[in-house]
Amino acid sequence: MSATLSTLTTILQVNPVPWARAQMAFTLGFHIILVPLGVSWTFMTLIANYRGIRHNDRDALTLAQRWSKYMAVTFAVGAVTGTVLTFEFGLLWPRFMGQWGEAFGVPFGFEGLFFFTEGIFIAIYIFGWRRLKPWAHFWTGVPIVIAGIFGAISVVSANAWMNAPAGFTLDSNGNVVQVIPVQVIFNASMPWQAAHMVIAAYLVGGFLIASVYATAMLRGRRDRYHYLGFLIPFTVGAIMTPIQLGIGDGLARWVYANQPVKFAAIELVPTTSSDVPETLLGHLNADGTVTGGLPIPGLASWLSDPSTGKATVVQGLDTVPPDQRPTIRETNIVHLAWDIMVGFGTLLFLLAVWYALSWIFRRRMPQTKWFLRAAVVAGPAAVITLEAGWVVTEVGRQPWIVYNLMRVEEAVTANPGVWIMFIAVVILYALLGTTTILVLRTMSRRFRRARSFTDLDTPYGPSLLAEGASTRAEEPVG
Amino acid sequence: MSTIVAVVLLLAVVAYAVFGGADFGAGFWDLTAGGADRGAYPRETIEQSIGPVWEANHVWLIFIFVVLWTSFPEAYASITLTLFVPLAIAALGIVLRGASFAFRKAVITLRYRRAFGAAFAASSVLVPYCFGAIAGGIASGRVPAGGEAGDPVASWINPSSIHAGILAVAAVAYLASVYLVWDARRLGDMAMVNYFRRRAIIAAAVVGVIGVIGTFVLRADAPYLYNGLTSRALPPVIISTLCGVGALVLLIRNAHRGARLIAVVAVAIAMLAWGDAQWPYILPESLTFSAAAAPSGTLGAVLVVVVLAGLIVVPGFILLYTLHQKGLLPEEGVDDEPAIDSERPNKARAKQI
Repeated sequence: MSATLSTLTTILQVNPVPWARAQMAFTLGFHIILVPLGVSWTFMTLIANYRGIRHNDRDALTLAQRWSKYMAVTFAVGAVTGTVLTFEFGLLWPRFMGQWGEAFGVPFGFEGLFFFTEGIFIAIYIFGWRRLKPWAHFWTGVPIVIAGIFGAISVVSANAWMNAPAGFTLDSNGNVVQVIPVQVIFNASMPWQAAHMVIAAYLVGGFLIASVYATAMLRGRRDRYHYLGFLIPFTVGAIMTPIQLGIGDGLARWVYANQPVKFAAIELVPTTSSDVPETLLGHLNADGTVTGGLPIPGLASWLSDPSTGKATVVQGLDTVPPDQRPTIRETNIVHLAWDIMVGFGTLLFLLAVWYALSWIFRRRMPQTKWFLRAAVVAGPAAVITLEAGWVVTEVGRQPWIVYNLMRVEEAVTANPGVWIMFIAVVILYALLGTTTILVLRTMSRRFRRARSFTDLDTPYGPSLLAEGASTRAEEPVG
Repeated sequence: MSTIVAVVLLLAVVAYAVFGGADFGAGFWDLTAGGADRGAYPRETIEQSIGPVWEANHVWLIFIFVVLWTSFPEAYASITLTLFVPLAIAALGIVLRGASFAFRKAVITLRYRRAFGAAFAASSVLVPYCFGAIAGGIASGRVPAGGEAGDPVASWINPSSIHAGILAVAAVAYLASVYLVWDARRLGDMAMVNYFRRRAIIAAAVVGVIGVIGTFVLRADAPYLYNGLTSRALPPVIISTLCGVGALVLLIRNAHRGARLIAVVAVAIAMLAWGDAQWPYILPESLTFSAAAAPSGTLGAVLVVVVLAGLIVVPGFILLYTLHQKGLLPEEGVDDEPAIDSERPNKARAKQI
């Protein structure tokens, strides 16, 4: 008995730091895929809904209604995975919350407000198809869009605060004694990060949804319904790409000026210097040298501050002691993630340019299969870009949880059983992810079998059914 | 100001218990409804009843967390350090519950519906038990102050926690059955009215018995809380008990509307009595609300959020409930009844399109 107990104790004596970090990374990385759908899908649904009502467009209306049903699933998964994060702040990082909760927590108060609004109106919108009046129903969707944007801004504001802590006074023991909420929320990093994330949500949401319809079109389902299902989200995603390049550039320059060590990791700069090359790929070695990859001379310096060009000095990693900067491994992760984000982001932009040129010169979307194939890949690629960007900002902040104020290992729970929860979470989320995709696919098949509205699915009352159901496919565009 | 925020926190807990709790309770009746054939009918009523509102109800929990960690961060750190296990189980249970409820509505095949339904129902019982156990651990003074970890096991496996856990499951089941009686009546389904009425009466009796046992448990295990409940918080305890008995009488006499209201009041006042008895401590006898409170700037921000919630969220919530109660948000599931609104005039709507 005592032997079993001591074995059990040994098993339980596992350093919680790596497990807590892994769990936070895993659950956030999972949740962040659902964020773009939660934030931007309603907007695209409302475009279709508007078209459906305004132009009496049955295809658009069908699309909007089906999207709202998919949304019910993704929103539910997003809500529960988001709730897990709420638990994890305390379960994994209790000392962080105990020390900084009064400042860091403030944006979440507002986030709660927006999430509440979103939850209420999404329920009304999803369930209101049959019994609400068309325009009244349309307007119940608008608060979801607004709340989604501001909810995302609130959460990112809290994350930005970890990069640029502000709005508090510490006493001699390091305890927070005064908080100025406005300064907490509108911290220096917040405008850039929030803009970057909201645009990313629309960009990723757009490309991800469009990729599903691109797949269907490649399989020969080239009817108007699928065409609309592609056109609306892809256009939204495409419009966001140039905006995102501009904001990303601005954010990078903010990091250059305010988080020089993170910037050094991003650009792989071991020692302070000017004329720093932009190294594509490549890696930092233990001895502080950079090998491999393709260096573009002077570009990193030039991008950091175009006014001084190649003479711009970039601070190196060695300007702070090793225990205050990302490790070699973390640096390489940050740099690789950066390359992926910028690389994929640029490719998505080029795809958007292709699409735009076709519209400008031919007044229609590109017709080749290669464009559709690229659009299929663009969905997952956009998700990878998003994940990579998140890795850059999170890993680049290491070893700090609150930049220059609290280290990750000072924040973590003392509970040695974190690894058990981690394993449980991985299993549960694996099931959750698989099931979500399977359920969405099942729904899609069921919709396809139904071909048009069924008795049960008719939006805005049954009187439309008689005139709409049989003629949907060839009905003229309103 | 910390007192006001403490009251807000308590009210949020009450709201979660009354609104969200009923959802969990519906899961309990789902679990006990029997096999796929026998239980199909009550399950349908349950789904109709909680369908549109469960996500909104869920947000109360997030609100509780946010108020706790912004306004009383030290207490939050202590609670999460000490009660790691039940909190982790509750978190996973919430994932399982929310996701499987959403999935269940989206799939048709009986086999899958059954699997998701089981996951939904089982976690619906697990989560309130865990929350009850957490409340019991806190109320019996097992969470130390100062952001320190208490006993990771005894803090939630102890007489008060076990009692509070069972009480929580019984109370949410009770609330849900009372709501379901009302919803079944609204849907004009007399068979289901009687079905849930029987269960509501049994559940009311069970909650009463557990409550009586609780006085002995608390006297031995949570003296501070017991003293509070038998002195300062005695009036609300009496009112709550009277409401509980009143609801039972009304249920027996088939006055569902009144029963529903009084049942909610009974549960809400019981929760308030708990808060009153525990006052001024957030962690009994080791940390007071005022000592744990965040700086005034933060508390001000929290109150601003509360006011904004009153202006934005409450009207939205009322709208949602009103639409739901009026049957304007029908189930969008697969096994829905054919359109019930054929008798309603639709010409005006058609014209608009």
